[in-house]
Amino acid sequence: MNIDKIKKEFPIFDEKIQNNDLVYLDSANSSQKPKVVIDRINEFYSKEFSNVGRSVHYLAVAATNLYENTRTSVQKFINAKDKNEIVFTKGATEALNLVANVLGQNYLQDGDEVLITELEHHSNYVPWHFLRKSKNIKINFAEINDDGEVTLEEIEKKITSRTKVISITHLSNVTGAILPIKEITELAHSKGIIVVVDGCQGAPHLRLDMQDLDCDFYAISCHKMYGPTGLGVLYGKKKWLEELPPYQGGGGMINEVKKDRISYGDLPNKFEAGTMATAQVIAFDQSIKFLERIGIDNVVKHEADLVEYGQELLQKNNSVKLIGNPKNKGGVLSFTIEGIHPHDVANILDEDGVAIRAGHHCCQILHDKLNIPASSRASVGVYNTREDLDKLNDAINNCKKIFNQK
Amino acid sequence: MNLKELYQEIILEHGKNPRNLGKTDDFNKDAKGHNPLCGDNVHVYLKLNGQKIVEDISFEGSGCAISMASASIMTDLIKGKNEHEAKEIVEDFLGMIKENPKLNSENLKEDEKTKLMCLSGVKKYPMRVKCATLSWHTLVSAIDNTQEEINTERLD
Repeated sequence: MNIDKIKKEFPIFDEKIQNNDLVYLDSANSSQKPKVVIDRINEFYSKEFSNVGRSVHYLAVAATNLYENTRTSVQKFINAKDKNEIVFTKGATEALNLVANVLGQNYLQDGDEVLITELEHHSNYVPWHFLRKSKNIKINFAEINDDGEVTLEEIEKKITSRTKVISITHLSNVTGAILPIKEITELAHSKGIIVVVDGCQGAPHLRLDMQDLDCDFYAISCHKMYGPTGLGVLYGKKKWLEELPPYQGGGGMINEVKKDRISYGDLPNKFEAGTMATAQVIAFDQSIKFLERIGIDNVVKHEADLVEYGQELLQKNNSVKLIGNPKNKGGVLSFTIEGIHPHDVANILDEDGVAIRAGHHCCQILHDKLNIPASSRASVGVYNTREDLDKLNDAINNCKKIFNQK
Repeated sequence: MNLKELYQEIILEHGKNPRNLGKTDDFNKDAKGHNPLCGDNVHVYLKLNGQKIVEDISFEGSGCAISMASASIMTDLIKGKNEHEAKEIVEDFLGMIKENPKLNSENLKEDEKTKLMCLSGVKKYPMRVKCATLSWHTLVSAIDNTQEEINTERLD
């Protein structure tokens, strides 16, 4: 895997950011975009644009075919059984809201329980919270252990006879813990529980196989996968997508509309109301091709090497405390520095051209549990190198100097 | 001033050694403020005399260097001013940190303005403006005795 070559595919690394070469360590937040993706958007709008769907003119038919091609690419990329199990949304947040909403309308009853974990991003908690308000659904939290993991045993412990849904992250955006989704799903299904997976961090960094994981729903964020913003994917098993009611009403999702009755379209149209993010969907095909060209196993290996290297480096750095030490860890290094607030850290690192994120990373429950208001987070992508992590460590040392720390 | 210089100056001056940190004896007004995004907390205590002059002011809190230094500088400047002057200075500071190129208040001496202007580097970072303004909003809440906790996410 030739990182120099890969990096050259990303135009942003040709730019000077505040007179510095960019050290981009914020891919868990959003990844940078390769030229093929950027060009595809430009090309589509310049030469091929039309809305997809009903029109029969040449451009509309061509655009519809391109749009559907991406659906097939996604299906193959995640090894879903059927292309109609792929629904485009405006993001992973909408995908999770969709699932919580339609399960809430049609499946969950008063007093039922949803099991989530303390690792969850707000987008996999707040949508369930809405049901807590409107439908008297109880939310339980599987707890993290000292290493920042949620184990299969902990999940099993928190399942009750009222648990109807388990909704969990594949890869924590703070501790980096990779959850045993396959085993959790097996356990859940043996008890008739639906499994929803927040795959925002999983999809860009792990090999996905829906038929092997066997989960019922899987939410993907395309902008974290070297793709455009404003686009997400919801994978849902066909039986669920067929059985559950639509999420939003409008054009494109209907079959027949009369004054006294409406019937809905077939999958996947039923869940794609209104004009979709057409250009983004079409460009996302290039993101998948980009990842396939590198090979997802190479991505996994490269990022595992970076994380191991980064962990060793930061562990040696006095007063830096890493958050979580999971056995199975994805490309995320969250940390605190004694006596320096994470927002100060991020601002000072930024002056050295090192872009990280500080805050609670949309995980207030987890930060409360860790008893810290915020943390700093460096996260890697395909374009990062060990040198980037050296620069991170140097910038941390500069920051400590400013604060008169050794 | 770039951010590193800003940090160097305010950390050396106030971050490591904040002024008026603690709880004023016999305070007669106080208010709390919270920035949920950063987790910054501040509690401002005021002791006003019969002429409504700030005889003493202090703060307790925890948070980033910018929020702590801003609170420290604020307490230094407000001591000795009357209620009306204090609120006018807050207005002027908030105007400067958001958009105005300089401070205009007639209630601040030139050296006081210089001291305060060292926070102007925060302007470039909208995310951090809330850190700098937290204690100032909290001061107004204390003066007005609103008994409401300031939450930076619910301010303009």
